[in-house]
Amino acid sequence: MQQQDLSFVRTELEPARPAPAGDRGFVRWLRVNLFATPLDSVLTVIGLLVVAFTIPPILRWAFIDAVWSGADRTVCATIAQGGIQPDGWSGACWAFVNAKFEQFMYGRYTYSERWRVNLTAIIFIGLLVPLLVPRVPHKFLNAVAFFIVFPIVAFILLVGGWFGLDYVATSLWGGMLVTMVLSFVGISVSLPLGILLALGRRSRLPVVKMLCVAFIETVRGVPLVTVLFMASVMLPLFLPAGMTFDRFLRALVGVALFASAYMAEVVRGGLQAIPKGQYEGADSLGLSYWQSMGLIVLPQALKLVIPGIVNTFIGLFKDTSLVYIIGMFDLLGIVRQNFADANWASAQTPMSGLIFAGFVFWIFCFGMSRYSIYMERRLDTGHRR
Amino acid sequence: MKKLVTGILGSAALVFSASAGWGATLDDVKERGTLRCGVHTGLAGFAAPNDQGEWSGFDYDLCRAIASAIFGDPSKVEAVPTNATERFTALQSGEIDVLSRNTTWTLSRDTSLGFNFAGVNYYDGQGFMINSTKLPGINSALQLSGAAICVQTGTTTELNLADYFAANNMDYNPVVFQGFDETNAAYEAGRCDAYTTDQSGLYALRLTLANPDEHVVLPEIISKEPLGPAVRHGDDQWFDIVKWTLFAMIQAEELGITQANIEEMKGSDNPEIRRILGQEADSSIGTVLGLENDWVVKIVSGVGNYGEVFERNIGQESPLKIARGLNQLWTKGGIQYAPPIR
Repeated sequence: MQQQDLSFVRTELEPARPAPAGDRGFVRWLRVNLFATPLDSVLTVIGLLVVAFTIPPILRWAFIDAVWSGADRTVCATIAQGGIQPDGWSGACWAFVNAKFEQFMYGRYTYSERWRVNLTAIIFIGLLVPLLVPRVPHKFLNAVAFFIVFPIVAFILLVGGWFGLDYVATSLWGGMLVTMVLSFVGISVSLPLGILLALGRRSRLPVVKMLCVAFIETVRGVPLVTVLFMASVMLPLFLPAGMTFDRFLRALVGVALFASAYMAEVVRGGLQAIPKGQYEGADSLGLSYWQSMGLIVLPQALKLVIPGIVNTFIGLFKDTSLVYIIGMFDLLGIVRQNFADANWASAQTPMSGLIFAGFVFWIFCFGMSRYSIYMERRLDTGHRR
Repeated sequence: MKKLVTGILGSAALVFSASAGWGATLDDVKERGTLRCGVHTGLAGFAAPNDQGEWSGFDYDLCRAIASAIFGDPSKVEAVPTNATERFTALQSGEIDVLSRNTTWTLSRDTSLGFNFAGVNYYDGQGFMINSTKLPGINSALQLSGAAICVQTGTTTELNLADYFAANNMDYNPVVFQGFDETNAAYEAGRCDAYTTDQSGLYALRLTLANPDEHVVLPEIISKEPLGPAVRHGDDQWFDIVKWTLFAMIQAEELGITQANIEEMKGSDNPEIRRILGQEADSSIGTVLGLENDWVVKIVSGVGNYGEVFERNIGQESPLKIARGLNQLWTKGGIQYAPPIR
C-alpha cells in the first residue's frame, strides 16, 4: 500500500548543482585572487588606482596625442617652443623616429647600396628561421650554411669591393646594422670559443689549463669599456704612423673575446654539474676525449646551462651600445646622436627616441628569452623540478 | 682624471711625434680623394646628422670649405665622429687630417699635444641660464649668490664656475652630474636655480625645454672658449691651407662675396675682390698654398662665406638662433678679423 504512495522514485543521481553564484566563474576568480583577505583587497584597490592613474596618461602620450609624421621640429613643439602644437601639449614625437628611421636601421650606409643590407637581412632570416624550428630537416647543412657560408656572403655583400660591388667603409655603418653584425659575430664566435675555453680550463694539460685560466680571468677582470677605449685611443699611438686598424674590426674582436670569456664560465658551470659517473661511463666505453665530450658530456652540460647561455647572449646584444666609446654608433648610439639635430630638437624628441630604441631592444631580447624557454622545455629530460 | 689622461696622451704624443715623419698631408688627401675630418659625435648646430644621415653643421661646414678649396667639391669629406678624449689621438695618429670639433684653443693643446690651431671659427664662453619664472628679477650672474647651480663634473666649466664665484665673493651650491644629458634633465626638473655651460650649449638646451621663453641666458661670460680647427705639428703647408680657408671665409663676408653673387663678383672692378678671387692675370693667390688660384671662389660657391655658414647652421636661419655677438666681423663690433689675402 505504502508503495503506491511513492509517486516518484529517483532512478538516477541528481546532477550536481552549480556552485553558489559567489563561488564560481569570474567572481570566484576575483575573490580568490584579488580579494581573499582584507590585506589583499587593500593591495588590489591600490594596484587598480596606480594602473588607472598611470596607464591612461601613457596611452594618451604614446598614441592619442602623439605626432606620427612631419618634416621638422615644429610638429613636435608647442607654440611657445616655436612649433605648431597648442601650449601645454605633450605627446610622443614619433615623427622624429619616422623621419630618421632609415638612418636608425642603416646608419650612413651609402644610400644606393642599401639593398645589399636588405639582401643580407633576408638571407639571415631565411637561414635562421629553419634552424630554429625543430621540424625542419637538414639541420647540419643548415648550420653549415648559417655559421660558415653566411658570414662570408654577408662580408662580401656588406663591405663590398668584390664582384663589382662598391666598397662601403665601415665608418658609414650604423644603427641596427651595427647592432646585428656585432651581436651575430659575438654570439657565433663566443659559443664555440667559450666551450673550448671551458674544456681547456678543466683540462689536465697544465699549459692549456694555465692559458685558458689566464685568458678568462684577464678578460673578465677588465671592463669592456676599458678594452674598447684602449683599442681606440691608445693603440693608434703605438702603431707606425698612418697605420690604422678598422675601428669596427677592433670592436668586433673586443666584443667576441669578451663574450667568450663569460661564455666559458657559463659552460664550465654546466660541465661541473655532470656527475662523475657520466665521464667514467664514457671512458669505460672506450671513447676518446673528444668523443666523450661531444657525445656524452657536452650535450647534457649545454642543455643545463641554456638559461645562462641566453643570458650571456642578451647581455652581449645590449653591450653592443658600448661601441659608442670608439665613435661607432649602434641603434642606441645613432638615436642619441640624432638628438643633436637642431631641426628636431624639442622637449619630446629624446623621450620618443629612447622609447623606440628600448622597444626594439626589448623585442629582440624577449624573443631570445622566449625561444630559450621553449628549447629548455623541448630538451627537458627530467631535470626539472 | 682628465688631466691625467691629457698628460698620458701628451707624453705619448711627444714620443711618437718625434718618430712619426709626417709627409705632405695635402698630397695624402689628394691621393685619397677625400678629406678625413674629425667632427663632434653630435652637437646641435655644430655637427649633427640630418634626416638623410648626412652631416651638417657649423664645424662640419669648415670641413666642407677645406674640401672645396682642395677639390672644388664640398662633398669630398669623410666625417669621422670623435668623442672628447678620442679626438686628440685620432689627429695624432693620422686617422683624421683636421679636427673641426669645437675644440678650445689652449696653450697645452697647442704645445704638448702637438697641435696647431688654425684660428678661431667660433668665440664661445661660459654663461648662465636661469628660469625667469622661478627667479624673477635676476638679470645678472652677480645676483646668483647662494644659488644651486647645475654643472657637468670634470670639465673646465666646473673650475671656471668656482673661480668666478670666489673672485666675486659669492656662495653657491654646485649640483654636479657626470654627463650632458643628466645635467640637462636635472635643470629641467628644477633641481637647480641656474645652469652653466658654454653659451652655444645653453642655446641648444633651451630648444629642448618645455617653455623656452621662461629661460633666460644671462649676459655675463665668465670664461674664454675660443673654438677652432686643429692640425698636427710638422706640416706647415697643411696648417696654412686650413688657416687661410677660415680667413678666406671671413674675408669673403667682409667684402660682401656670397654664394649667390660669386659669379658676378668675379667680374668686379674692386681690385681687392678680384685679387682674392684669383681673377688677376698674374695671380699666385692659390699656388703659394699648393692650391689653384680660384680656391676662394670654390670655397664660397661650395659652402658660402663665414656669415652665411653661421646664420645657416646656428644663427637666425636655424632653430638655435644664436646671436653673432663676438663672432660678428670686426667692422661690425665683433672680433672676427682676417689678415689681408694678398
